Amino acid sequence: MNDDRLAASGQPIRSGPRPGHNGICRHDYLLLLVFPLLASCSGVQSVLDPAGPEAAGVATLFYTMLIGGVVIWSGVVGLFFYAVRKRKVHSTKTAGRLILWGGAVFPTVVLAALLGYGVWLMPAMRPWFQDDARGMRRIEVTGEQFWWRVRYLGEDGKPVFETANEVRIPVGERVAFLLKSPDVIHSFWIPVLGGKMDMIPGRENRLTLVAGKPGTYRGVCAEFCGPSHALMAFTVHVMERQDYEAWLSARKTSSGAGDAEGLALFLRHGCAACHAISGTEARGTIGPDLTGFGERGSVGAGTLANTAEHIARFIRFPDGVKPEVRMPHFSMLADADVERIAAYLKGLR
Amino acid sequence: MKSFIPREVETLWTLFTAPTVWALHFVVCYAAVAIFCAKGMAEEIAFGTLRLGLGIFTLLALAMIVLSSYLAWRQWGFGSGDPPHDAATREDRKYFQGFATLLLSGLSFVAVVYAAIPLIFIAECQP
Repeated sequence: MNDDRLAASGQPIRSGPRPGHNGICRHDYLLLLVFPLLASCSGVQSVLDPAGPEAAGVATLFYTMLIGGVVIWSGVVGLFFYAVRKRKVHSTKTAGRLILWGGAVFPTVVLAALLGYGVWLMPAMRPWFQDDARGMRRIEVTGEQFWWRVRYLGEDGKPVFETANEVRIPVGERVAFLLKSPDVIHSFWIPVLGGKMDMIPGRENRLTLVAGKPGTYRGVCAEFCGPSHALMAFTVHVMERQDYEAWLSARKTSSGAGDAEGLALFLRHGCAACHAISGTEARGTIGPDLTGFGERGSVGAGTLANTAEHIARFIRFPDGVKPEVRMPHFSMLADADVERIAAYLKGLR
Repeated sequence: MKSFIPREVETLWTLFTAPTVWALHFVVCYAAVAIFCAKGMAEEIAFGTLRLGLGIFTLLALAMIVLSSYLAWRQWGFGSGDPPHDAATREDRKYFQGFATLLLSGLSFVAVVYAAIPLIFIAECQP
């Protein structure tokens, strides 16, 4: 969607109207204006294209506010034109009455109605369920500078396995997210599923979401957390129930098997000090868990497309891709080694 | 019967009465619900009781503001003259103050109602 928008706004704009083509030119300009607007109404990260009831509540509130705002704005502009053009002079009493009803009573009533509507809508936009809600799946998400640690918890509340920068949930089932942060305030936001929730150091915030339709969506960090704040996104896969169960069991028994030489290089160059790959000796916990990395939607938490070239680029100069990322650069490694490690990671399933 | 309302109020303090009631109501509502929920008092006292208590407190606050507006209206001469009351006379000073107090009371009344609206909809503690 973003690419479409970029492409639309990046079209060459003609410098001036050509003789005989005025109508077409004007039409083109209109398209250029309208297309990005229309394009932003749908997509993997749009509040206006909800895929769950909470997000639908947010969208409804937005449209209500938009329509109400347009009506009131039109009224005010209409009055303005009336005041400027009309020659007839009204009495002070009429003017006083207008100020009382239009300037005091009307806004008071409208704001009271809006407040009531907003508060009434709140339980639907952020439903609350007791901790003992039986059988609700729990996923612990920790915002780190600048990536997401994702732990799938078992029924006993202990992590079953860990992954990063990717959240998978079953369709039509309410899931509880336990949100944490070890460093600064982040904010967990999946616009198509619901409102955002802050991740505050020392606290565990809780957010429940339910997805109404399967698909791949995008979540973002919605609270400025440092230089690479804008490069801190994650993929959300909403899966059919049986696919989800299959993925869970596959993920639990993931072997990390792949190119043995690539794994050996990975271990020899010290990557395992920070990264874990289940089924191997790599058990680092400082950086993102790389199990099944080849299946992830991106490299560097939504920064680059997941290709072997991008992985190699990230290994050589992480800071060049994500400013102030904690991973040190490995540009001193031989090109062949970096490429082998990148190929190994890309091959992980 | 002697009225309990003073015959004449001509101090600047009346001007602050309604906004003070508004501020007090605001603080009491927010602090009461916050403490109630943070301390887990919902297990002993029903949330409905707290709502009822704050509802009564809201009515008291509104009554206080209405009384203050009545005094202001009287000070304004029950609307006998139109603003702006800007002559350098004692009479105009009194009317000006009365009118300003009346407007402030109106604002405070609306603000208290707004602060109380969530009480109608919020029925439980949510962390």
